[in-house]
Amino acid sequence: MSAFIGYLLNGLAVGCAIALIASGLVTIYRVTGVVNFAQGTFAVVAGLCTSSLLGLGVPHGVSEVAAVLVAALAGLLTGLAATGKRDTTPLSSLIVTLGVGVLAYAVEIVLWGDQPRSAPGLASSVTIAGARVQTQHLLVIAVTAATFVLLVLFFGRTYLGKALTACASNPFAARVIGIDTRLMGLLAFALGGLLGGIAGVLVTPLRPISFDTDVTLIVNGFAAAVFGALTRPGVALGGALLLGVAETMAAGYGYGSHQLEVALGLMLVVMVVQAGRRSTIHQETV
Amino acid sequence: MIDVRDLVVSYGAATALDHVTLSVRRGEMVALLGPNGAGKSTLANTLAGLLTPASGTVRIDGRLALIPEGRQVFPDLSVADNLALGGWRSRQRDPSFVYQLLPQLAELSGRRAGVLSGGEQQMVAFGQALMARPDVLVVDELSLGLAPLLTARLAEHLAELNRTHGLTVLLIEQNARLAFELCRRAYVLESARVVAEGECAELADDPRVAGAYLGGAIT
Repeated sequence: MSAFIGYLLNGLAVGCAIALIASGLVTIYRVTGVVNFAQGTFAVVAGLCTSSLLGLGVPHGVSEVAAVLVAALAGLLTGLAATGKRDTTPLSSLIVTLGVGVLAYAVEIVLWGDQPRSAPGLASSVTIAGARVQTQHLLVIAVTAATFVLLVLFFGRTYLGKALTACASNPFAARVIGIDTRLMGLLAFALGGLLGGIAGVLVTPLRPISFDTDVTLIVNGFAAAVFGALTRPGVALGGALLLGVAETMAAGYGYGSHQLEVALGLMLVVMVVQAGRRSTIHQETV
Repeated sequence: MIDVRDLVVSYGAATALDHVTLSVRRGEMVALLGPNGAGKSTLANTLAGLLTPASGTVRIDGRLALIPEGRQVFPDLSVADNLALGGWRSRQRDPSFVYQLLPQLAELSGRRAGVLSGGEQQMVAFGQALMARPDVLVVDELSLGLAPLLTARLAEHLAELNRTHGLTVLLIEQNARLAFELCRRAYVLESARVVAEGECAELADDPRVAGAYLGGAIT
């Protein structure tokens, strides 16, 4: 039982990181229609930055915030490259984001080398229901929960958040009332970078990060985001948590080498079931 | 007021507006008639600054708001939020004056725009345009797909705003009867060109206009 609780909390923490990546994907997709394949890169950039800043003696807190801001800047630059030119189709933009991801490999290897790097997080551990749990896992869960609450408040309560929703919901009407949809798209990319960055700084103390870690992150994040049809952050969060827990359970109970396959197989089944069910109600809700 | 001279707008090789000249004076209500594909919405979108002309000039005095074709609302947002966003340019976020003009919207304020009926959505789009505090209002197909009673009610509001607030209106319509009822002057756009213009009364007597837009006989 205590092992189960340990795996569960560990899995939830992993799921939270995936959820942050997924929410970034969803934010960018909703506003711009672009599937951003550089989303994992933002997490990697933030993770590598924190590791360097902490290595230079910059205190905790400052390092993490700075790294997240660097990731937001990376998001903004990716957005400029992918959507800056007027009338770029979402499909072309998608290819540009893939290109940005590959270019980022080169930059990251030049700056940080190709070896995985870690960063010290919260080293202590606590015992919950007989299970020893690393405090960093709890921190990941708490920060993710707070981030999602802030996101909900931002999109639901603020004028700017509503303008972003407006761009997602009817871009033509948004332009008619004078909202600059391209600028809003860039804002969404920056926000996506920020969310990816938060995932990066949270995960780096748990799993060493290297330039190509973005692949695992984007595969998981994309699976979770697709779970919510790329547009529903709440469902994506649920999918991400399920994915994280399934992965960790698979590893914990002895299928470590098939961790990703088990989780993605499960996700596939859920998606097929959901797609079959949704087709009947889709027209009513949209 | 609106002053359009020799306006040319093209989509790639296709010319959507071919040397169109038209003007609407301050406080005037002018109709623009024409069949599907004539270029009416292209003109509306160009006036609103959504399309860039290939040549010619567009001059607008004051702030222009567009009620676009097809009940363009934000379905995921509430009616109140839809209205508040209408004030994006004018920085006007308090919709109470719109509620005074269109009291039905006050009753719907908490509902999601996506679940409203077509007429209610058109009312939201109307209110949203008013939130911009426009001097000039361009209305693209007010009556399209709406029940006659609803159209009449919206038209009444429009006429009242024109009378009491001196709102300049360009009414883009396929329903010529409605347009002639509301406006004194009209333009007819066909295949990207203005083919007729003048007082509505005269246009109604023009056999070509009557045949094409008023179902032939006028009584």
